[in-house]
Amino acid sequence: MTDLTTTGPSAAQPADRTPQWHLQGEQTAPVMVLSGTWQARAGNIPVFPKDGLKKAPGAHLSFQTSDLQVWDTGLVAFLWDLKRVAHDAGISLDMQTLPGPMRQLLELLPEVPDEPVHHKTARTPFLETVGNHAIASMTEVGVVSELGALTAKGAVLTLLGRSRMRMVDLLANTADAGPYALLIVGIVNFLIGAILAFVGAVELQKFAAGIYVASLVGIAMVREMAAVMTAIIMAGRTGGAYAARISTMQGNEEIDALNVFGIPTSTYLILPAVLSLIITMPFLYLYGCLIGMLGGFVVAISMLDITAAGYFHQTVTAFGIGQFIFGFTKSLVFGAFIGLTSCRIGLKAGRSAADVGIAATRAVVVGIVGVIAIDAIFAVIADVLGI
Amino acid sequence: MPDQTVLSLRDITLSFGPKIIQKNISLDVRKGSIFAVMGGSGCGKSTLLKSMIGLLRPSAGEYHVGDENYWAGDEAHRTDLNHRFGVLFQSGALWSSMTVGENIALPLQMFTDLKPSVIRRLVELKLGFVGMLQAIDLYPSEISGGMCKRAGLARALALDPDILFFDEPSAGLDPITSARLDDLILNLRDGLGATIVIVSHELPSLFHIADDGIFLDARTKTPIAHGSPRDLRDNCTDPQVHAFMHRERDEEGKT
Ligand SMILES: Nc1ncnc2c1ncn2[C@@H]1O[C@H](COP(=O)(O)OP(=O)(O)OP(=O)(O)O)[C@@H](O)[C@H]1O
Ligand SMILES: [Mg+2]
Repeated sequence: MTDLTTTGPSAAQPADRTPQWHLQGEQTAPVMVLSGTWQARAGNIPVFPKDGLKKAPGAHLSFQTSDLQVWDTGLVAFLWDLKRVAHDAGISLDMQTLPGPMRQLLELLPEVPDEPVHHKTARTPFLETVGNHAIASMTEVGVVSELGALTAKGAVLTLLGRSRMRMVDLLANTADAGPYALLIVGIVNFLIGAILAFVGAVELQKFAAGIYVASLVGIAMVREMAAVMTAIIMAGRTGGAYAARISTMQGNEEIDALNVFGIPTSTYLILPAVLSLIITMPFLYLYGCLIGMLGGFVVAISMLDITAAGYFHQTVTAFGIGQFIFGFTKSLVFGAFIGLTSCRIGLKAGRSAADVGIAATRAVVVGIVGVIAIDAIFAVIADVLGI
Repeated sequence: MPDQTVLSLRDITLSFGPKIIQKNISLDVRKGSIFAVMGGSGCGKSTLLKSMIGLLRPSAGEYHVGDENYWAGDEAHRTDLNHRFGVLFQSGALWSSMTVGENIALPLQMFTDLKPSVIRRLVELKLGFVGMLQAIDLYPSEISGGMCKRAGLARALALDPDILFFDEPSAGLDPITSARLDDLILNLRDGLGATIVIVSHELPSLFHIADDGIFLDARTKTPIAHGSPRDLRDNCTDPQVHAFMHRERDEEGKT
């Protein structure tokens, strides 16, 4: 007779509080004796050792649970270990010797658990990563252009009455991108105008050329600042909102539902979004110019020795219509750019809650960086054309 | 004490703002019973469940969990009581930015001092119960709707609660998994002595597992029948309950 007695961790704590187990009896008919308190929350559930049962095909393991106090799923976790080890050792369990509830829970658990499906996290070499990013960026440019083309096509079809964009969507988007943005666009441009006037006034006063503050503020606002600042605000405000909304729709399978109905996302979602920005951006640009000049005016009048009429006259003669058209065109391009990229980023987003956050952030970052980059390109073009 | 009441509602009225969903709901859930909430679509079953787990304060009435008046105490008191609850939401409601395993581990990490290896073991156990062990490292967006349900169930079991609330646990499951789920529910009740409140339309499963219940009516906005589904099927004379239990079309065309 071989003695099989193996004992689980024991003893320092009062005997009835700790989970305890040992095997007794012969190899062909071992008995698992369980006693003590087995609670998962206590964190002291032992693991049944992988070699706890010697190979004995055909043997029958029974249980003795009369000394068991309180137990919960912690005990079931232990019994599951045992069940798996017993399966490997070719020993069958005599489930009838377990109390009913325990048996029922244990029967739910598989002897041979399915292998978890793992995510591959292969490390790619640095150069390959750079290459992948480059290809992805180029692809993205292509995709955004294609999206722009589709949207333009949608616009034409809508104009011809052969496809439909819902007017409600356009109006809602336009209201959000226009009137509701007036306050923040106004505040920012006013301050920009005021700051320009401050900086200019300090320097120009040295040359007794204080009146040129008006030209400085006028040209800076019309050529650059009003368009760029407004675009940056809209990228943060509206672009982020579009990306978040569309990626949430993605997560809820709403985009899939649109696709199944054959409602093109380009006309239903993107066209109103892009169009509303194209419509509102020029107005916001104009408004930004005026408010910016007002900001400059307030500072100039209070700091310098110039008259309101003089400031006004200097402003009007400062810039030509060419510079105005230049700024105006930029604002249109910025509007289309922000609308398209933010929608694209929303459509490309993943389906989890975190992905919505990522999409919104990315839309804002891409919007701001993109606007400044495009502005630089415009500057080069303007230099060549001599505007 | 076989007939100990775990949950008791007295004249509860549920409403969203001025819109009343159900009124005069009184019910007692006995310890260890499986209590079915039945009724047509939109009658307020999920709303009743929501108020029982503390997400919606009833506009009138009293709600006791054990001996405690649920809504009388403060937020912290309710959170303590909520630790006795395990909830499976109608849509699974897994946290989408975590893997299935992390979803189940989160409550354990937040409310116990267990070591990561112990938590992992308990997570595997709970997933083993619902037959989802292979999905432990997958994200909710990578598994099917029915698997989300089962993972949600495993999450509801994370803290070994003694009162479980299931909102349509078997909707979206194949018949075999659904039958397995019935067994699981019975096993959990028997094995852990849990009390279970279940919203379901699955008549076979209700007849199989539930031993008490309530039937809500959308038209009168009140409960119209109390009793186990089997009992209601065989003995209830109310035409609407009868139609529901026998899967007949409601003559008046309203469900
Ligand atoms: N947040 C809410 N605000 C206002 N009304 C709501 C809200 N949630 C639900 N309702 C209304 O409450 C009623 C009951 O909804 P509930 O979700 O409880 O129905 P249900 O019985 O669970 O239906 P189903 O079987 O389809 O799940 C419906 O009429 C619904 O319009
Ligand atoms: Mg519901």
